[in-house]
Amino acid sequence: MRHFLDFEQPIAELESKIEELRHLSDADEINIAEEVERLEVKSDRLLRQTYGNLSPWQKVQVARHPERPHSSDYVSGLIEDFVPLAGDRVFAEDQAILGGLGRFRGRTVIVLGHEKGGDTDGRVKHNFGMARPEGYRKAKRLMELADRFRLPVVTLVDTAGAYPGVGAEERGQAEAIARSIETCLEVSVPLISIIIGEGGSGGAVALAAADRVLMLEHAIYSVISPEGCASILWKDGSYAEQAADALKLTSADLAKLGVVDQVIEEPLGGAHRAPGEMIEAVGDALEPVIYALASEDRDNLRAMRRRKYLNIGKKGLG
Amino acid sequence: MNWLTNFVRPKIRALVGKETPDNLWEKCPSCEQMIFHRELETALRVCPHCDHHMRLGAPARLEMLFDEGSHTRIELPQPTADPLKFRDRKRYTERLKEAQQQSGESDATIVAHGQIEGMSAVIAVLDFNFMGGSMGMAVGDALIAAARLAVLQEAPLITITSSGGARMQEGILSLMQLPRTVIAVDEVKEAGLPYVVVLADPTTGGVSASFAMLGDIAIAEPGALIGFAGARVIEETIREALPEGFQRAEYLLDHGVVDMVSHRHELRATLVRLFRLLKDRSPAAEVVPLPEAGVAVGDSSTGSAAGKEAEPAPAAEAAPAPVPDATPVPPAKED
Repeated sequence: MRHFLDFEQPIAELESKIEELRHLSDADEINIAEEVERLEVKSDRLLRQTYGNLSPWQKVQVARHPERPHSSDYVSGLIEDFVPLAGDRVFAEDQAILGGLGRFRGRTVIVLGHEKGGDTDGRVKHNFGMARPEGYRKAKRLMELADRFRLPVVTLVDTAGAYPGVGAEERGQAEAIARSIETCLEVSVPLISIIIGEGGSGGAVALAAADRVLMLEHAIYSVISPEGCASILWKDGSYAEQAADALKLTSADLAKLGVVDQVIEEPLGGAHRAPGEMIEAVGDALEPVIYALASEDRDNLRAMRRRKYLNIGKKGLG
Repeated sequence: MNWLTNFVRPKIRALVGKETPDNLWEKCPSCEQMIFHRELETALRVCPHCDHHMRLGAPARLEMLFDEGSHTRIELPQPTADPLKFRDRKRYTERLKEAQQQSGESDATIVAHGQIEGMSAVIAVLDFNFMGGSMGMAVGDALIAAARLAVLQEAPLITITSSGGARMQEGILSLMQLPRTVIAVDEVKEAGLPYVVVLADPTTGGVSASFAMLGDIAIAEPGALIGFAGARVIEETIREALPEGFQRAEYLLDHGVVDMVSHRHELRATLVRLFRLLKDRSPAAEVVPLPEAGVAVGDSSTGSAAGKEAEPAPAAEAAPAPVPDATPVPPAKED
């Protein structure tokens, strides 16, 4: 059973009607076949209309869609011979961030990604993609490993934010994030981040201070969740929609601001409607970027990355 | 943006404000004793009764650490105000203007260079009074300017943090200050210079998750709230009461997050001791008697520091007609 978002209800109704008719028809009922076709055209148009004009708040819903492909789906779709690597060597293995070695279209890479989990058990196991210090320390460790073996790093960003917990704070959540950002900016290998779903604040940028930041069309990337922003600035969480507008968290706005380098178009109706197609599109976008960065001089790569961040924000939205 | 509203009015307010009688006494938020304002200022806003450290404004922090009259504030870059045209219940430009009028500052950071016990240093201070010390483009730019100045002057960088985190009104650009400030302090570290952080109340969110947690030395003020996530958010997530003293300086010391908790009155002395230790790394050169004629010059057994000091004099003696460009080797950097 497909999960429909609130604003997708008209589409859901059409689709269920089509489904019903299909069950009714005994294949030879020409009228029914015609009706199905007519409704399909209508539903397609509606889908196109809706997804062509998503508001920022609707994009927030799409970015969090439970059926949207997650990091592990991209890894299984794009990475061959994946060898997961675990642990921060200090305290624990944090399954909110997956990481490992693998081969992307022939090239050995290190992959890191927030993993939200696909079902209830998975979500609990991966702590809904909210990492603790161990996750960021593992990320740092694997980025350093990549640097040692001169391997490009690909990070997949999909998190509501770093986990707010007592233990996380006691073990230095802030420090772990800061060190992870520092390592992103320190390594002399290509570092490419792809915002695949939700890019939530410090927990996201910890893996995304990269040479190139790619972002899926309906993904979001923000300093704070719209709900959090609304409850602080509007003193009322129900203003999340307004906050989503004000925060400029969509791929189009972030590209204008120079925070995102490239937007990857999603299949009609969002990544969750055609995960396979989406994963291939991400692979196709990633390949030339890795190829171009891999031929850069190592010191230059690092210097350019730093310069890029120092120059961010010089232009507004205009 | 008007000279009268932005500059003259706060100046007048600052002058007049001192004389208003209703703030002659201040109540300590911890022990609730009334403290006479002058006594409180002399004590650097540390309660004389219970030692509670109240928040201290940025200019006072500079006064407290630098040698008297030795510091100069630097002019900071003025980035695009309100890059996102952000508006919540109020326009960001209005909030910004209010904060500027109230403080007489253009944003939440001030940067100065000067002498601490005769040693050069650069200090960047975040002021919680300015929009909660929140970090946007201006704060990021200020940190970058401070770091560059420290590198230029070969001086240590001190940051004093007091901030609720990133400035939401600048959206993603405020989040981008995390990598930007990390690059800034790394430039100082890569130049071989000390970077010291003084974590004051409060240091949370994006500021703690960037330059504030990357100090070579991390000093916290007593009782300061330091952490990443807000206490309320944590409570709502775990649905349990938080432990006693959670996210306070002393708690963090116990958990290995900071090097020390230093009383505000001892902060300057602590910094001086640290900088001396990091600056004068080998024993001071002893007074070495001029070597007798025929004794080998720069004998390796005399130790490098002494050897370098002794070198120029005998060389001049041994060569009565020195080559014009035979200038003595400049003293080693650490001297």
